Amino acid sequence: MTEEAPAPLLKLRNIRKSFGDLEVLKGIDLDVAKGEVVSIIGASGSGKSTFLRSINAIEPADKGTMDFDGQQFDFDRDSRYYPSARQLQALRARIGMVFQSYNLWPHKTVLENVIHAPMNVLGQSRAEATEVAGALLDRIGLYDKKDSSPQRLSGGQQQRVAIARALAMKPRLMLFDEVTSALDPELVHEVLMLMASLAKEGMTMLLVTHEMSFARDVSSRVLFFDRGVIGEQGAPSKVLRDPESPRLRQFLHSILHDDLSQAGAAKGLIQ
Amino acid sequence: MSGYLNDIQVYGPGFLSAAWTVLWLTLLTIVLSWVFGLAAALGQRSDLAWVRAIAAFYVWFIRGTPALIQIFIVYFGMPQLGIRLSPYTAGVLALAINSGAYVTEIIRSGLQAIPKGQTESSLALGFSQRATMRTIILPQVARIILPSITNEALSTLKNTSLLSTITVVELTLYAQTLISATFRPFDFYIAVAIIYLVLTTILTQLAAFFERRYARLY
Repeated sequence: MTEEAPAPLLKLRNIRKSFGDLEVLKGIDLDVAKGEVVSIIGASGSGKSTFLRSINAIEPADKGTMDFDGQQFDFDRDSRYYPSARQLQALRARIGMVFQSYNLWPHKTVLENVIHAPMNVLGQSRAEATEVAGALLDRIGLYDKKDSSPQRLSGGQQQRVAIARALAMKPRLMLFDEVTSALDPELVHEVLMLMASLAKEGMTMLLVTHEMSFARDVSSRVLFFDRGVIGEQGAPSKVLRDPESPRLRQFLHSILHDDLSQAGAAKGLIQ
Repeated sequence: MSGYLNDIQVYGPGFLSAAWTVLWLTLLTIVLSWVFGLAAALGQRSDLAWVRAIAAFYVWFIRGTPALIQIFIVYFGMPQLGIRLSPYTAGVLALAINSGAYVTEIIRSGLQAIPKGQTESSLALGFSQRATMRTIILPQVARIILPSITNEALSTLKNTSLLSTITVVELTLYAQTLISATFRPFDFYIAVAIIYLVLTTILTQLAAFFERRYARLY
């Protein structure tokens, strides 16, 4: 972020993406240094999920360049730096992604979910992959569930397994796409705790989130996405407490208002 | 009564071997129809327009014409183009092409039932499209479509009786031969029906076994 910082792990320039006539990303520039935790907030439809999905090209951008970990890509289809299918696979193998709907594979056990990619993408032996997976499952407190079907797990447990599955690839960068949005409120905490501990260990993370307290307490930077551009960014204390733009103020107010009205409704029920 | 026991002794071995013919014709046809069905179902999702067009035409043509006509085209029609097949080869090929079109539609609906997130999480870990299809999507599709695939297999088994029209000595033609010699159509058609029933029951039980085994995995 600062001038004297080493070359960023991820450098994006002029990322653009349209769905038909609708321009969702209107030229995003972003540098992410190693070890940074960047939270992306914004109203739905502001392009934040699309942006995250363009980074590992699950949904490739139409235009823009990306430097990741010393490799250059150009998402313009005419460019000679446009990534081949093989290059995209190699890129994705080094970027972990966790989804809102967990997306664990129901036909595999918890352990098989975690070892599948290390064995078949990285070429690890079953023994090696199982050892790494065992340690990860132990860490998330689900080692005893290793032979269960993921569908027998709670949402929070499934999401932790999904994080372990991504970590088993030893990624250089982790993308979290609203990973707690589908969870029951009481299960959100266990997932956020795991993410916070990853952040503390120095994992570089980019997350789209509605958890303002997590964005405030854990991230090093907050981006406010507004209609396809970064409307405002900076330290969490600045962006969340002292927003400059009226639109960010309005956004934060609406979230705060939601919280308050929910609390009010709950209070009303109790009385 | 002793007359029927005598019948079993006399005609039993012949029916057994005809039933055996039905069985292996069916199994061969089923396997081949899965190959055709999978190829066409994947072809429907191809990036190449001409591949999608071929797959669409295949399903449209086969589902829109009678199986009997398709069998005649392969067995009687193809020799005119210089391709002469034995009744057995022509029969299996025609039935497999026929059943494959229905299998295509079954697999297509199965593919549609798998959430997009399953593919995305696999791609995000660095798997290719092909590896994703093979290790993540198709195993789940197989489980979903098992009941419909079983139905289609039963149809295939029963459709082998159509091959009596192109001189394949399966159950139906064997019975017809006996009937023309004995003038006992009721007895022999009932016998044939019973044997088909035994074969379809075996097939259904086999499918039920696989369904239970899959259910345990989840």
